[in-house]
Amino acid sequence: MKGLPVLSFLLWVCALYFVGIYLFMSGFLLVRLEVNRTSTCGDVLQPGEDPADFCRVPPRFRRVVLLIIDALKIDFARFDPRNTAPKPYENKLPVLEETVSSRPSHSRLYPFRADPPTTTMQRIKGFTTGSLPTFVDVGNNFASSAILEDNLIHQFGQVGKRVVFMGDDTWESLFPKKFHRSLPFPSFNVKDLHTVDNGILQHLYTTMMGDDWDVLVAHFLGVDHCGHRFGPDHPAMADKLTQMDGVIRSVIDRLQNDTLLVVMGDHGMTDTGDHGGESQKETDASLFLYSPSSLFSGPPAQSEPDVVPQTDLVPTLALLLGVPIPYSSVGQVLLPLFPPHGQIEGAVGGLSQLEALWINAKQVNRFLETYSSMAKDIPPESVSKLKDEFSRLSSEYLTSVREGRSPSPELAASVQTYLTSVRDTCRATWAQFNPLKMAAGLAILAFACLICFVLSELSLMLLREDGPRLKAPLVTPLVGGVCVASFQLLTRGYIEVAWCLVVAAFTSELFFLWKAHRSRVSDTAKNGSKAPKCASWLSPRCLLAPPLLVALLRCASLLSDSYVIAEGRVVTFLVFSLALYIPVHLNWDGLLLPPSHDPLKCAGLLPSSALSPSTVRKESSTLLGCLGLLIGSLYLSLSFHGCREEQGSCQPSPFLSPLSRLQDTQLKNLHYILSVVSLGLWTHLLRCCLRHYGNLNSSGGTVFTARWILPLLSVCLGLHWAVSATPEDSFRNLAKVISLAQLALPRAAFCLLGLGLFLIWLDPLTVFLKTRAGPLARGSSLPPPRYRASTSISPQAELHHLIPQIYQRIRHSLDDGELTRGSEVEGRPAVEAYGLGTVYSAPLLLFCGLLGIGLLLLHPEGMALSFLLLLLEMAALLHIHASSTTLSGLHGTFSGGYNVPWTPVVLWSLATTQFFHATGHLPTFPSIQWGAAFVGFPDGHTGTMLPASLVTLNTFAAHILFAVGCPLLLFWPLVCEVRGSRGERAFGEEGEDAVMEMRLRENPNQFTSALLQLSARYLFIHGAQVFASACAAAILRRHLMVWKVFAPKLMFEASGFLVTSVFLLIGVTLVLRVEIALGHWFKRLIPDASR
Amino acid sequence: MWDQEIRAMASTHAIIAASVFMATVLPAVLVPGFSVYGTHLLWLYLVSGAVTATSVAVFWLLGITPPTKKHTLGYKLSRLFRSCLYFFLSCLFFHTVVVLYGAPLIESALETFSLAVLLSSLTTLRCLCVLGPNVQAWIRVFSRHGAMSVWDTCLQITVACTVVGAWVGAFPIPLDWDRPWQVWPVSCSLGAMFGFLTGLVAAPAWIHYHRKQLTYKCK
Ligand SMILES: [Zn+2]
Ligand SMILES: [Zn+2]
Repeated sequence: MKGLPVLSFLLWVCALYFVGIYLFMSGFLLVRLEVNRTSTCGDVLQPGEDPADFCRVPPRFRRVVLLIIDALKIDFARFDPRNTAPKPYENKLPVLEETVSSRPSHSRLYPFRADPPTTTMQRIKGFTTGSLPTFVDVGNNFASSAILEDNLIHQFGQVGKRVVFMGDDTWESLFPKKFHRSLPFPSFNVKDLHTVDNGILQHLYTTMMGDDWDVLVAHFLGVDHCGHRFGPDHPAMADKLTQMDGVIRSVIDRLQNDTLLVVMGDHGMTDTGDHGGESQKETDASLFLYSPSSLFSGPPAQSEPDVVPQTDLVPTLALLLGVPIPYSSVGQVLLPLFPPHGQIEGAVGGLSQLEALWINAKQVNRFLETYSSMAKDIPPESVSKLKDEFSRLSSEYLTSVREGRSPSPELAASVQTYLTSVRDTCRATWAQFNPLKMAAGLAILAFACLICFVLSELSLMLLREDGPRLKAPLVTPLVGGVCVASFQLLTRGYIEVAWCLVVAAFTSELFFLWKAHRSRVSDTAKNGSKAPKCASWLSPRCLLAPPLLVALLRCASLLSDSYVIAEGRVVTFLVFSLALYIPVHLNWDGLLLPPSHDPLKCAGLLPSSALSPSTVRKESSTLLGCLGLLIGSLYLSLSFHGCREEQGSCQPSPFLSPLSRLQDTQLKNLHYILSVVSLGLWTHLLRCCLRHYGNLNSSGGTVFTARWILPLLSVCLGLHWAVSATPEDSFRNLAKVISLAQLALPRAAFCLLGLGLFLIWLDPLTVFLKTRAGPLARGSSLPPPRYRASTSISPQAELHHLIPQIYQRIRHSLDDGELTRGSEVEGRPAVEAYGLGTVYSAPLLLFCGLLGIGLLLLHPEGMALSFLLLLLEMAALLHIHASSTTLSGLHGTFSGGYNVPWTPVVLWSLATTQFFHATGHLPTFPSIQWGAAFVGFPDGHTGTMLPASLVTLNTFAAHILFAVGCPLLLFWPLVCEVRGSRGERAFGEEGEDAVMEMRLRENPNQFTSALLQLSARYLFIHGAQVFASACAAAILRRHLMVWKVFAPKLMFEASGFLVTSVFLLIGVTLVLRVEIALGHWFKRLIPDASR
Repeated sequence: MWDQEIRAMASTHAIIAASVFMATVLPAVLVPGFSVYGTHLLWLYLVSGAVTATSVAVFWLLGITPPTKKHTLGYKLSRLFRSCLYFFLSCLFFHTVVVLYGAPLIESALETFSLAVLLSSLTTLRCLCVLGPNVQAWIRVFSRHGAMSVWDTCLQITVACTVVGAWVGAFPIPLDWDRPWQVWPVSCSLGAMFGFLTGLVAAPAWIHYHRKQLTYKCK
């Protein structure tokens, strides 16, 4: 048995996948660290002799009205009188142009450039924090969407301004409890054009006339929804924009002198009405500023900006309204709004341009210093360059202020340059998709999938002595990577690891594929008989076989947001379909029913059966029974699903809430009893299975685990549930005990789990040896010892389920296959080895079972039922696979290897996703069960590793269990082997001996190749899902739902793949560990026996 | 002999398809307010009834149904009774399968059951017509070498097309397009109907083009 090549092949493929995922993510997911500091009135000070608190100085404007018209593209706001045939979206907002031309020093219209991602939530974050929010802003608010970073709304609140909000309810979730008054309206239904807008209009004017506000935010959604529904080029858009025109007019009429009006769009839209990406149509919104009092020092001058970046609104508004600029803003004040020198008449407290720039630059520099000390994603050389620039500017400015002379105009220009370069540096780091990296990642993923497929089809050949080795595909990438690294070092002076990885992965993949192709061709040349079989595996007919078709449908479903939202049901549907396909297919091949019908006999079309009709009937009924079990558990598992916020009329499963939250005592008791019963059943079924196959007789580590640790663990878990469900006020005198138990019980369970897993690893053999004295006493000339893999030691079981077996290899190694008749007549084998038949699957099963209980510990109590269903479904799948193998194997289609066909593998991996949903998980961030981090640690953690891994274990419980249990698919048909079927042909007279898993040891080459094939197939399906969701994220990056559906789905799929591959490797390694232990065991036995 | 049988099959199928067409068009002309989406259940029952009536009539006239061994009235009645029972059981079976596939259990039980009736009248009824009330024969027909006449092959094709059509019809349901045909069970029954019609066309064509390979030794 060559374990090492299998492991190295799998590791190599996993590494390829990881590189692909990493590259795609680094191009697609822009990550930024949140800085948890806030500006205060005291810290941004004007230069000069008296360190005045500038919040106290009366600001230029007392109040501001912020009208946000979602998706107000700049094309909508412009007015062209010469355009005689305007499109529905053109020339519909004449009020802006009229105001700008009639009152040039009171108003301006600018293009307002948003930063990608141009989705509403990210944009609201952007123009309130002044930063460049990415999809993942790593901060301490991963669970909720509330903005904890310093922002304008917070600063307004700090200085006591009353913020009144109305409109899109996204604001309410971003700024919970920050508003003086708020009127949120549901934003989710894109088809609804009017609810939000009409809701705002009902209250807007009355609020404006009142005097209980300082900042009024109104966020209209109609234009955006109209774009999503009809596109911009539609009469409905004309109506909507005309309505907005009227709104702006009425608001202008009601403005007072101390009030600033800002009308803005948060982003634009493409010609189809979508947004989210970085094209100019999506980023260019409009910004209209107006005040009844003089706002600008004159009509538009030459020096005015053509385009205002969206980040610039924050410092401008902050300084105009007299609040500190939010800490992490990287914007630059809008200079035309500030008087060039000194003050404009009538405007008190206004800062001059240079003063404003100085405050701005100081704040930006402070943020840059803080950020670069926290994170390293901004290139260090540009950070240091910027710092040098700032210190030069500051010394120049300070000397000029100290000397009392007015600073030179060049200084203002260079401060502006400085601010612009800071923003550009940040934008390059945070706000740009990297299409090249995304494409490279996708290509690597696609090739990795292809390699998995090739591995699974050519596994036998690849593991041969003369097959293509892995050494070359491992050396070439190193060479390629080093080449690229040195090239980069020579030309640019630094190394970008990502591109070295790309080259390395590509060379390795292509090299391997080329080698595989070449050796296949030479293989075909050598023996023609194999050629058709090898050549056919990439034909469309083979790829469109139902199991792969189902896998393909599953991948295709990831490209639609509706299907991702309904994923739990979609996967259940697919599993159900594929499960029904098995008996239908068997029946189509005439294998399901015993071929007793006369017409078929007369046709002579069916191959003569190798097995009696009764066995066929028995196997068929097993198959159908297990199918029923599978369908039943599938259907029941639907009742454990959680709910996404997109699913309107959906009730989350009552089992998802922890017991301690239930008020009704009776219901609580019922739930508790149900959970404990399912936990008990889980343990009992596992032990039953092990005992049935005789694995509980010996005294090794694994058996100890199965006998003692497994029950103890479940008792621990049951007690833990009881303790954590106890209402706190009912046992006051026992409060100490309860809190101690809450701490100790889960920790004890963790320890037991660790101990159990360790023991299984240490001593995985579950074989009990029983020697018979007779034949052994006769010395070396005696007939060879024979072994039987008995299942149980009790006499009844011995009669019922005796699996005697002769281990051929040992016999041959003992005396060259010479068999004396005498020993045959003598009958009973010399050595009985109990549990030898399930020597591989028993530790794996126990490993799975233990892990399952450990993972259940991290879930709400009610999930015990779901876990039980998972176990039953696993068993049903295994038995269906075993029976269908037997049924089709009986009729000669058995090809000699131990190949696991695609159908069970696809079912197995779809069941992973299905139970991901059936354990109450969803691929969204709010649905992560954070409670798992506090199991056993009720007082919280100090580090982040432990809670993160606990939450990961909780989230991907189904992935873990199915990945570890994956090799069982290989063993189960052998475990359920029908006695005397294959044995009859293989061993002639000893046909009564079923050898079960020992068969694998007899054909180590086929064993390893089947193991490699199974793992490669499993990885292929999971990898294809990752590839599909990456494709979805890349193709649909402009989609309305990209940050709500596709990007989270991609992250969950990728992390699921990570967990799956790690635990699949653990499962395979465990099998190899058993193999090694078994080798030692036999070595010990042979000299023993021959003596 | 081949040509004759295929021609008979094609004309049978044309008659059945015409009955489906009439059941859709006639009420639309005669009954005010009738539409396939709007009054879906009515359409569904009309089509089922039409297909049932024409199939029974046509197959009885052609004499495809295996000849009964006894000709007593009692035997014929019991056969009829068993056929009806099997039809009803198959409705229940389809209902269960559809519910297990994810249809709502209680809310729209009537709609689900109507779909089951449609599926039964498109598949089970044909089995009853061709093979008689004999479940063993039904199961046997759906195997690679189980067809013993052209009609058996035709049965395989139409039933497979119908079932696959209904299965594919479930795909658009989760999409958020809010179309009238996405309402349960419109898309599934339409899918089944389209599948059935495809099967009606495909079966004679397929048999025609594969007549060289088809051998029914046992007949
Ligand atoms: Zn928006
Ligand atoms: Zn939008």
